[in-house]
Amino acid sequence: MEQDDPREIVIELEGVEKSFGTQKVLEDVSLQVRAGTTTVIVGASGQGKSVILKHMLGLMLPDAGTVRVFGHDLARCSKQTLREIRQSFGVLFQNVALFDSMTIYDNVALPLRERTRHSEKEIRQTVEEKLAMMGLEGHGEKFPAQVSGGMQKRVGLARALVLNPKVVFFDEPTTGLDVSKSNEIYRLFFETQARLNYTAVIVSHDVPKIFKLSDYVALMANRRLQGCMPPEAFQLSDNPLIRGFVLETMGPIYSSETEESLLYETL
Amino acid sequence: MATAVRTLGAEALRAVETLGCFGLFLVISLWGIVKPPYKLMPVVRQIRFIGAHSLFVIMFTGLFSGMVLGLQGYYTLSKFGSVGFLGGAVSLSLLRELGPVLAALMVIGRAGSAMCAEVGIMRNSEQIDALECMAIDPVEYLIVPKLLAGILVMPLLTSIFDVIGIFGGYLIGGKLFGVSAGSYFQGMYSSVGWQDVEMGLVKSLVFGLLLVWICTAKGFYLHRERGGGFGAEGVSRTTTGAVVLASVSVLVWDYLISAIML
Repeated sequence: MEQDDPREIVIELEGVEKSFGTQKVLEDVSLQVRAGTTTVIVGASGQGKSVILKHMLGLMLPDAGTVRVFGHDLARCSKQTLREIRQSFGVLFQNVALFDSMTIYDNVALPLRERTRHSEKEIRQTVEEKLAMMGLEGHGEKFPAQVSGGMQKRVGLARALVLNPKVVFFDEPTTGLDVSKSNEIYRLFFETQARLNYTAVIVSHDVPKIFKLSDYVALMANRRLQGCMPPEAFQLSDNPLIRGFVLETMGPIYSSETEESLLYETL
Repeated sequence: MATAVRTLGAEALRAVETLGCFGLFLVISLWGIVKPPYKLMPVVRQIRFIGAHSLFVIMFTGLFSGMVLGLQGYYTLSKFGSVGFLGGAVSLSLLRELGPVLAALMVIGRAGSAMCAEVGIMRNSEQIDALECMAIDPVEYLIVPKLLAGILVMPLLTSIFDVIGIFGGYLIGGKLFGVSAGSYFQGMYSSVGWQDVEMGLVKSLVFGLLLVWICTAKGFYLHRERGGGFGAEGVSRTTTGAVVLASVSVLVWDYLISAIML
């Protein structure tokens, strides 16, 4: 189980609560993300999955509870510490959030230009390498609006990975993409994680495909996180909410007794 | 009754909060100007956008403002038989009042609205969040170059407006109505003092700061707008609000600076 994992805790949410006006979105949410693992948060739309992600990124502060990243409480740390923490982050936003008035090349080069002292020559080398890794050679001079949704996601991924981050957040990385484009994103994720060995936090509802990539799966339902367990345990969980979610998204688990008896009856 | 009090209280809190946000935004932006690292190219790009691209509009409006001042001034002064004061009247009105105010209003319409919409769209499409997540300070990256460019460019644009306006006045007074060049420019020379030029420059500096501050802050805090400022309509509403607020503020501060410096 997650608690027994010896790997270092990178992100820890403890009793996080958040309301927007009178609407409570998160209630007593606790989660640990460990170094080098892939944690997936699943759940129906509008359950507050992205809100959890925004808390981890320090874009939102909890009403109650704590969010600790690398041991720092994000609500209490200085702006400088928050900036230092974020230097080891890479984020792929749900709507990609590319800078639409910049070319693809400039989008990927921006973190390097703003955060490092590399020369333009070194920047070009790194950017071109990342673009090639994403299969985007020759598209650097185009603007984000001139390429397809799948390519925009790949540009977003290239930008997120350009500084070799320690933690990468993916907010619905395959939403709006067809099956082959989704598979392409998963393949790139798999390849880049193997190469860069980053910790990944993925918010998704692309079940069951996402299970293959994950070390831990948590379900966001009824304002709470239900379990955070390996995908096999998740699929066999007794928790009625998890069970309901698994049945709804994957269909009933194959059981020879029920399946075959039905088969015989129709014969 | 209780609802009315609650609404009033909520509105008051909201107003104070917005004012606080805007105030803090200005302080952080001004601190960003003085604090290293200093990046030249973003400022040059903004000078080009706010300044160079506004040049034609400023010259055009300057010319016609001067011409109408020449026309009205000649008509009024000729009633008192003192057309010799035309140069002084035109240049004083332009240097002290019309130059800084009209130039600022033109820049608000042309560049201020664009800056507000640009920052607002970036806020709406999570581009500002993306900057923050990349550990790039959005105020430093987006706002500081605009603010510095606004402060540098407005006095220059105002000066151009004034000079062209004064020649516009001469075009009408001198060429159309026959006031001699000597009398027009001597009138200007004898009535305009350094304090008049100074007042115009101070005004233009303040207006430059004011217009960039208000327009970018409105865009930056788009999500705090009433109704959330969502979508294209949210951006358009906020941009209109920014242009109105910036224009009104310019006129209010015009009065205040005049009252202080007179």
